[in-house]
Order: sequence, then structure tokens, then C-alpha cells
Amino acid sequence: MRDIFRKRRMWKFATELKPRYDVVIIGGGSHGLATAHYLREHGIADVAILEKSYIGSGAAGRNTTILRSNYKTPEGARFYDASVKLYEGLGADLDFNLLFSQCGHLTLAHSDRAMFVMANRAEVNRLEGIDSQLIGPDRVQELAPAMYVGPDTTYPIMGALYHPPGGIIRHDAVVWGLARSAFEGGAEIHPYTEVTGLRRQGDRITTVETDKGSIEAGVVLNCTAGWSSVIAEMAEMQLPITTHILQACVTEPVKPFLDVVVVSSQMHVYISQSDRGEFVMGSEIEPWTTYRMQNTLNFLQDLTRHTLELFPQLERARLLRAWAGLCDLSPDYSPILGKTEIENFHVSAGWGTYGFKAAPIVGKMLAELVATGKTPELIAPFALERFYTDELVSELAAAAVSH
Amino acid sequence: MSFVLDCPNCGSREVTDFGFGGEVTTRPTGRPEFKELNRYVYFRDNKAGVQREWWVHRAGCGEWFLAERDTRTNEVIWTARPADAPPARAAAASEGAPR
Repeated sequence: MRDIFRKRRMWKFATELKPRYDVVIIGGGSHGLATAHYLREHGIADVAILEKSYIGSGAAGRNTTILRSNYKTPEGARFYDASVKLYEGLGADLDFNLLFSQCGHLTLAHSDRAMFVMANRAEVNRLEGIDSQLIGPDRVQELAPAMYVGPDTTYPIMGALYHPPGGIIRHDAVVWGLARSAFEGGAEIHPYTEVTGLRRQGDRITTVETDKGSIEAGVVLNCTAGWSSVIAEMAEMQLPITTHILQACVTEPVKPFLDVVVVSSQMHVYISQSDRGEFVMGSEIEPWTTYRMQNTLNFLQDLTRHTLELFPQLERARLLRAWAGLCDLSPDYSPILGKTEIENFHVSAGWGTYGFKAAPIVGKMLAELVATGKTPELIAPFALERFYTDELVSELAAAAVSH
Repeated sequence: MSFVLDCPNCGSREVTDFGFGGEVTTRPTGRPEFKELNRYVYFRDNKAGVQREWWVHRAGCGEWFLAERDTRTNEVIWTARPADAPPARAAAASEGAPR
């Protein structure tokens, strides 16, 4: 009982930068912290995590916390399945309750074409051993009794892709748990430390310049999501990425009446009810690029209109908050992960709207890459090189709006 | 934050009226290598700052035009038909060139 009221410090922030680190991770979000966490397994402790704001202030703290693995390509499905499996054990691994609820995930289909694509996804998923199935409107109604499934809507529901292992998790807890583990493993976390430049000599980054001084680095990791291009430019390279805002909002808490995640690509919404009873809702990215994280009115209008078609009960619910985050979109809606043309500069980028889902597996794979110098097989299809060899991994149908 | 763009034909309209055509890129000339072509097709500066970009007035006259916008604030600095656009600054031009 006393433990509940005891204030425990989970980690201490480092104050002074050392002159050199074996590994410098740019970005203190879920990917950067997960990498530091998994570097412990390889006995690499001389690690600095540089974060320009507070940890988890970017996409890690702005996503809608949905986890799933029902992607369209075998490469993608395999990768995200490994991530969901790591998430399943992450709470025990970190000794921290992440409130992971595998409540199930429904992707609604409103057309014959959508039903066809979902049948295709279900088959790909099942070949990879992922629980994923096409269901009809009656089963949809059973799983979400409070949702309006009637035929007299703008987009009648013809069926859904049902993915039982999908669900929601407490995103801040993931960040905190990973930060504690990274700290316990000896990594230094430097919040409010902005990278201002990278010094490159030939095929190597030698020095990372920050607003708190310069440091030498053995390996540099770019885990900055929406800001990946900005960091890449400092390293004198380009990425096939554009930065867009993605917006979400949350209602006041109401009585629990939805215990699955509901997604509709056609209606551009994904909806879940949190443990506190709030409805968390998100939408599609804005088509134009921007680094300004502010909501738009047309987002709120479209999102609430579509949500009310599915859940008319929410008509009087008030919105508590709305926010926007940056998404680093790649041309094929798959991530860009691993080596670049610079020998000691690796990236975790191109995460679009699906980065948080992949945090543990990205950490594990990047840690292995740093420790061994070899690209793990699981992430080989996501190499930056694929854009030069035209071997794209198209997740357009399964990743764009489908969270 | 939403913003307003000046269509050269129709005047000020909300951004939802327009289609975004992406940042202005430099098309390779002559007989480029595959690598250079792929760089042109996929790779972008994705600048956090003033960016020269294409827009189309999709819900209006259908005209394609250029704009310069600060992607950090969404402030639109100017819009113009390609023929009337101010020349790209020397710095911007060299940054846009393939590396």
C-alpha cells in the first residue's frame, strides 16, 4: 500500500554531455528509447539519447495508441507481427504496467472493392500465422453492439477485417518504461538538447553538434520521425520523405460501450474507447506538407461527422482536446530502416502513421544492427536502398488510414 | 493550421479548395543514370522553412501555379503562374540540385 504513495524517480536526466559516446541516438521517442533498451542485451551502455524537447513529446505521445499487425504485404505483416509479440511481453520485460488491452481490431469495408482488398489481407495474414479474418455485418454488430450498422447510412457497412490480437496500449507508459530501462542500463537521456549540426567526413559522421556542445560519436541513429529530413540534411543526404500533420482528438469520459478498435478507411476515422471512458479518434494526414503542429477546422468537422454516423450516441459528448503530430511519409507507406550511404549513420524513418506500432521491434533490430554491423533479415526489405533498385514494399491499401 | 492561398485566376480560397503538388524538383536532363532518375522520382528536400511548391485549384479553375510557403508557420509568401514566378534564389537552386 505504501508503495502506491511513494514517489519513485524512474530515471534521472543527464546534465553534462560527455565528449564522446559509442552510440548517439537523435530523438527521445519510442524508437530511440527502445533502441537504447535493446542495446542493453548486447552489452552496449555508452549511449546518449538527445531529445530537443521532453521525452515522448513527438509522435510517441501524440499517436492514438493502436497496435495491430494485419498488413498487406508479407514483409510488413511479418514485421508488425514481431512487434505485437514483443509488445505482449514488454510490460513484464520492463516490469511496468503498459495497460495493453488486446481488445480486437475491426477495419470496416464499405464497398465490394474494400471487401476484396480485405479478403486479400486476411489471406496474407493467415499465411504469416496472424489471426485475421473477413467477417460479415452481423458479426460486426455482435462485436460492436453499440455501433450503428444499419443500411441507411452514407457508407453502409458490408463487412470488416477482424484482427483479434489488435488493441490499444498506454503510450506514455511505453515511453516511461523504456526510458527507465535505458537509464538503468547506463544510457544517458538528455532532454532539451537539440542537435544543430552533424559533421561529416567522407562516409562517416564524426561529430554531433548540439546546443549544449559538440560530441563525438561511434554510431549515430536518426530516430526523429517527422524531423528525419532535417537531420538527414545536416548529414548532407536526402531521404524519400515528406512531413505532414496527422490529427486526433478525445472526448470527455463516457460510460464504456465500445471494446474493440473501429477503423474505416473510407470514412477516414479510427475510434477506440480508452480505459478512462474517453473516445479517442483520429483521422487522415493532411495532403500538404508542414512542420506546424496545429489542428485544422475541417479535420474536426469531417471527423465528428463520420464518427456520429457510426456512433450517434456521442452526439452530446464534448471534446476535451485535439492535437496534431508530424508524420514522415515514405512513397510506398513502408518504413525506411537501417543503413544509409553513410557508414555510421542509420535511420528509422518513413513511419507515416504507423511508427508507434513498431517501436519495440525497431529498437530490437536497430540494436542488433549497431551491435553486429549487419542488417537483420526481418528489416532487409525496408532498406533505404530499395528506392534506387525499385523494390518498393507497397502498404498503401493497409496503412494509409487504417490504424 | 489551415491557410489561404491566392489562386492567380480566382483569388483567395481556403487550402481545402486546392490540390498539393509537392515541392518543386529539378528534372534530370540528357540521359540520366537510373540512380539519378530514382533520386528525382522519390527523394525530397522536405524543408522545414521556405519551400517552393506546386498547387492546383482543384475545386475551381484547375490552374496549376507555384507558391512559396514557410512550412514551419504555413505562411504563404507568394503565389504565381510559373511564367510570373520570381527566380529561385541562388541558395535555393543549389540546395534543390541533385547531390
